[in-house]
Amino acid sequence: MNAGDSAEGWAAGDVRFRMLSDTTLDPRTRLLAAVAFAIVVTALHDRAALAVALAMAAAAVLVAGVPARMLLRRVLALDGLMLVVLATLPFTVPGEPLASVAGLSASREGLGQAMAIAVKANAVLLMLLALLSRVLAPALGHALGRLGAPPALVHLLLFTVRYLDVLTAELARLRRAMTARGFRPRTDRHTWRSLGWLVGMLMVRSFERAERVLAAMKCRGFDGRFRSLDDDTRLAAADAVFGCGAIVLLTGLLWLEAGW
Amino acid sequence: MVREPLIRLEGVCFGYDPARPVLDHATLTLAAGERVALVGDNGSGKTTLLHLVVGLLKPAAGTVWAFGRERRIERDFTEVRARAGLLFQDPDDQLFCPTVLEDVAFGPLNLGRRPAEARAIAEATLADLGLGDFGARITHRLSGGEKRLVTLATVLAMQPDVLLLDEPTVGLDERSLRRLTELLEARPQAMLIVSHDGAFRERLATRVASLREGRINDACP
Repeated sequence: MNAGDSAEGWAAGDVRFRMLSDTTLDPRTRLLAAVAFAIVVTALHDRAALAVALAMAAAAVLVAGVPARMLLRRVLALDGLMLVVLATLPFTVPGEPLASVAGLSASREGLGQAMAIAVKANAVLLMLLALLSRVLAPALGHALGRLGAPPALVHLLLFTVRYLDVLTAELARLRRAMTARGFRPRTDRHTWRSLGWLVGMLMVRSFERAERVLAAMKCRGFDGRFRSLDDDTRLAAADAVFGCGAIVLLTGLLWLEAGW
Repeated sequence: MVREPLIRLEGVCFGYDPARPVLDHATLTLAAGERVALVGDNGSGKTTLLHLVVGLLKPAAGTVWAFGRERRIERDFTEVRARAGLLFQDPDDQLFCPTVLEDVAFGPLNLGRRPAEARAIAEATLADLGLGDFGARITHRLSGGEKRLVTLATVLAMQPDVLLLDEPTVGLDERSLRRLTELLEARPQAMLIVSHDGAFRERLATRVASLREGRINDACP
């Protein structure tokens, strides 16, 4: 069964599950490192520091062995957006004129800012992929919970992962039932009303499903706190070494930024 | 011989819509060693009755006795739910963890077991049902029959005294059905079974109670 593109990386595929057991770092270490990297990179202005950060992220992707297809797809998605930023920012930021198109002038400052944003975004994306693309979404959820993220958000993540497929199947069933009775989407009142009912029915069913799932969880002693089989895993030596390395590198970036 | 009933519903009334009561002074007893089949038309309140036993629904009138005590408020039912395992109609409602092992361990963890203990219990329960190599399987990718057996494991892992089975055979093929029947037959637990499958009831039940117009016609008082 294919979980669909949006679920790629989220759906707990069997292959991915095996990969997880190969990883040595605790998901919490990966999360903290990724967040710290993102915060530091966002704060950087110095071009040399930004270049080093991007190089670090690229190196991390190579070391982590992120699958090329996944890497390409994510980077292209982000850089499509970045092209828009690159195309518009120079015209909207005032400063020394660089060129003019159809009476509008592009500024050197604007171009600089746009480049900086693109570099930062790419560096953060690459580092996220390197550190977290092999962590299964459920493991990520539990790690967030153990790091003190709000339980409601953690539950939301865990349930999204589990029920995405069920809801997709539910939607497909409803769509098939409509098609079987000759429904073809057009641009008329009948179509809009039918699609409205489809969405409404999906929401009602999801709500009822949620109630039944909660009931089933209560029957097994659920009291609002998610316990996990990984609750007593401890951080290992590898996590300590990795953490120290990350701190040194991030301090180095800030040092570059501060101008030696 | 008078056996202390494990569960007794006495004069229970319940309705989702006050104008149309589902249960109207229904009374039912389940004693140790019994396997009671509950029969009745669609919508006659069989599932509702199971949900009343574990306190997912609260009766408008009447009393729920379970394991030697009357049960009224939510807190009373925490123990009931641990000792009376309810198997839901749709396995997808019950299996919500990513992997089978995590799902089976969910109950024991909630009952306060350490993760290592919970893992051991889950593995033993799966092995007991002949699902020893299922631990790492992804729950939503199991077949219908596999899902059913795994939900049984999630309930049995809590080591209940009573099993409440809500249409356990729906959607099962011949082989899965046979396997489930054999597994249940070998269990010592008292059971309350809701099923439209006559052969399945015949094979398992020690007694039949029928639910009609909100009342229960129980072969044994």
